[in-house]
Amino acid sequence: MPAVTETWLVLGGGSTIGRAFAQRAAAAGAAVLLAGRDVAELERSAADLRLRHGVPATSVLFDALELEAHRGFARACATLAQGNGHRQLNLLLAFGIMPSQAECEADPLLARRMVETNVTGAASVLTALAPVLRGQGGGVVVALGSVAGERGRPRNHLYGATKAALAVFLQGYAARHARHGVRVLNLLAGPVDTALTWPLPRLPFIASPAAFAAQAWCQARRRSGQVHLPRIWAPVMAAIRAVPDRVFNRLDL
Amino acid sequence: MNLVLPRLNLHAASDVAWRSVALRGWGRLGSAPCQAARPERLREVADAVTSINGRNIIAHGAGRSYGDAALNGGGAAVLTARLDRMLGFDAATGVLVAEPGVTFADVIRVFLPQGFLPPTPPGTAFATLGGAVANDVHGKNQHVAGCLGDHVAWLDLLLADGSTRRLSPTQDAPAFHATIGGIGLTGIITAMALRLLRVPSNAMRVRRRRVGGLDEYLDAFRAARGATWSVGWVDALAGGAALGRGVLETAEHAAESVAIPAAGTRSMPFDVPGLLLNPLSIRAFNAAYWRRVPARGEERTVHANRFLFPLDGIGGWNRLYGARGFHQFQCVLPEAEAPRGLRRLLEEVGRAGAASFLAVLKWMGRPGLGMLSFAQPGFTLALDMPARPDSRALLLRLERITRDHGGRLYLAKDSALSPQGMAEMYPRLEAFQQVRARLDPRGRFSSDMSRRLGLG
Ligand SMILES: Cc1cc2nc3c(=O)[nH]c(=O)nc-3n(C[C@H](O)[C@H](O)[C@H](O)COP(=O)(O)OP(=O)(O)OC[C@H]3O[C@@H](n4cnc5c(N)ncnc54)[C@H](O)[C@@H]3O)c2cc1C
Ligand SMILES: NC(=O)c1ccc[n+]([C@@H]2O[C@H](COP(=O)([O-])OP(=O)(O)OC[C@H]3O[C@@H](n4cnc5c(N)ncnc54)[C@H](OP(=O)(O)O)[C@@H]3O)[C@@H](O)[C@H]2O)c1
Repeated sequence: MPAVTETWLVLGGGSTIGRAFAQRAAAAGAAVLLAGRDVAELERSAADLRLRHGVPATSVLFDALELEAHRGFARACATLAQGNGHRQLNLLLAFGIMPSQAECEADPLLARRMVETNVTGAASVLTALAPVLRGQGGGVVVALGSVAGERGRPRNHLYGATKAALAVFLQGYAARHARHGVRVLNLLAGPVDTALTWPLPRLPFIASPAAFAAQAWCQARRRSGQVHLPRIWAPVMAAIRAVPDRVFNRLDL
Repeated sequence: MNLVLPRLNLHAASDVAWRSVALRGWGRLGSAPCQAARPERLREVADAVTSINGRNIIAHGAGRSYGDAALNGGGAAVLTARLDRMLGFDAATGVLVAEPGVTFADVIRVFLPQGFLPPTPPGTAFATLGGAVANDVHGKNQHVAGCLGDHVAWLDLLLADGSTRRLSPTQDAPAFHATIGGIGLTGIITAMALRLLRVPSNAMRVRRRRVGGLDEYLDAFRAARGATWSVGWVDALAGGAALGRGVLETAEHAAESVAIPAAGTRSMPFDVPGLLLNPLSIRAFNAAYWRRVPARGEERTVHANRFLFPLDGIGGWNRLYGARGFHQFQCVLPEAEAPRGLRRLLEEVGRAGAASFLAVLKWMGRPGLGMLSFAQPGFTLALDMPARPDSRALLLRLERITRDHGGRLYLAKDSALSPQGMAEMYPRLEAFQQVRARLDPRGRFSSDMSRRLGLG
């Protein structure tokens, strides 16, 4: 087993994608911090990472909506990462909710909850963690964006709007902290076969979490900015973005 | 190892997400439309079971059972694939605590390098531990190691009312013995403690030799009783004096490990048209396979996976049998009846021209622990048969012969057993039904198989 040289903090460590990415990172020898609300569950996943890969893995309580707690959370994570004997903390932003457009329209409080989770909570926790990343001389931030944020569709434009907002936030965040060695990659993800998409009808080009995580891991090693994942979504979204409004509006997407 | 912080937010019970799916058995005989939940956390299993509004429900693992054991047409299913975490391991005792969706492949990937194998690996590593307990599966070491249930220290079983009970030989033993081999009908196993098998290396020394006919085969198995692993392939198309000829494989653990074979698998991307699998092509394949083994036998050292899971290298091989699918028939006959019974079975299959590549013979030692465990001392024969209009009639005749000789059919493979046959072959069925009535008074756990067999 090679020495542990980095720790990945998975924000939303109980998400399907977060779990799959944690497996990939641990397989490569990284330590893992799983952050989320359901600590008992996270601890089960952490035990699995320790057993399968022999890496340090720990669960940490985190709620995206508890903004006041984010700074303390960031400090706690820094301490935990240092406990792993190195100072390289990287982040995967993998929490988010996606109630349907219809549910959001029927229940404005639910709509607000989505915006607060996907945008406010994300921006807040990344902001709180920025000093930690800068303090260690940089780090990698990978975020789960979505192709839904590239063009608003009738079926999920509020969700899409949260991902578009996240994308703009990440651009500025990258620019702001680049000088300090912080590198940001926004994954413009197509559908992945997760708990989030399980209730939906079959989606096109749906990726398995393991395949998606393997690609995300590769991209996280070398790229920054934005990248479509799986890669097929780059041409597909280019085409979708090019459809004129009057045609687009007639498609019930 | 949790970071201790005050609980900020009580986690709200999640709504269970259901989706319409069409589940199939490995034999692809048909598909069973049902509502499926795929929990990713423990709590969601109970949420699923308690939110089905009177519909019945069954657990579904990797879907490697051939028939309808894990299907529930018109009802609900809990897919356990995403509950796949290993929760603890004690290297001193070899006890692994794991969720039900962990597969044999997972266990081997992690623990074979540390010198452990799953205790009774079935012929495919893609099976889940939960599904394997529910069929009390056996491996090529059955005559030495028994069945999987013999190596389970305890199980956590989620009951119809959403509560969970820990079961073991000393904690509600009847429920433990009903759940082992209980084809999912007592509840959903949410965790288990399994004693792994300590091995000296990742490799096995495999001896293969030709056997000319049935009686010679049975003798050869008995003579090989000292072997740790043994299994036989039978050319089910050979008749006359060659009836029951085949290749016997025995294996011992090698002292030294070998390099791990490349991960890549070939896969079968489409259904093979039925035409390709005609008796002539199968006959030619089988004869060639038999001759390939030199008359004096051969010995090779291979990675354990190669010996234990020869078919796993060909992904989706079950599509070989075309869109209509196939039946697998597996029975076990008591030792004294085996010579006559196996002969009659092979003759019957030969007459119908129904057999195929994969016929497997194995000698079994002690019976399984479970009330519906398949294993009993004697010989077990398994064969694949492409589905044809006359298959069910043939399967009924094979059932008849099995009953005549005091044998039983394996539910993991079954798609055709009759309720009468079930009652006769499984003498502890009544005890099983009593435990079920106690654990699940409203009969929530039910499957296509349980209804077919008249078990409710
Ligand atoms: C190529 C091949 C070779 C095989 N070789 C062997 C062999 O050598 N020996 C042998 O014994 N078997 C063998 N089998 C059969 C296989 O091991 C069993 O059918 C096994 O049960 C499959 O596990 P699964 O995870 O696919 O379960 P499924 O087929 O999905 O389910 C099997 C049963 O388990 C129940 N179940 C699943 N999960 C749970 C749970 N968490 N709690 C309660 N019940 C549950 C289901 O309701 C169902 O009744 C073989 C199968 C194949 C395809
Ligand atoms: N699946 C897809 O097709 C897809 C496509 C594009 C983008 N994405 C994005 O990828 C990310 C992961 O998605 P997934 O599909 O893996 O989803 P998932 O399994 O449904 O997981 C979502 C996670 O978000 C967490 N979460 C929700 N509210 C939270 C809060 N207030 N505080 C902390 N955590 C909270 C949940 O944590 P708890 O464990 O605490 O409940 C849950 O683990 C999401 O951002 C999603 O938008 C997914």
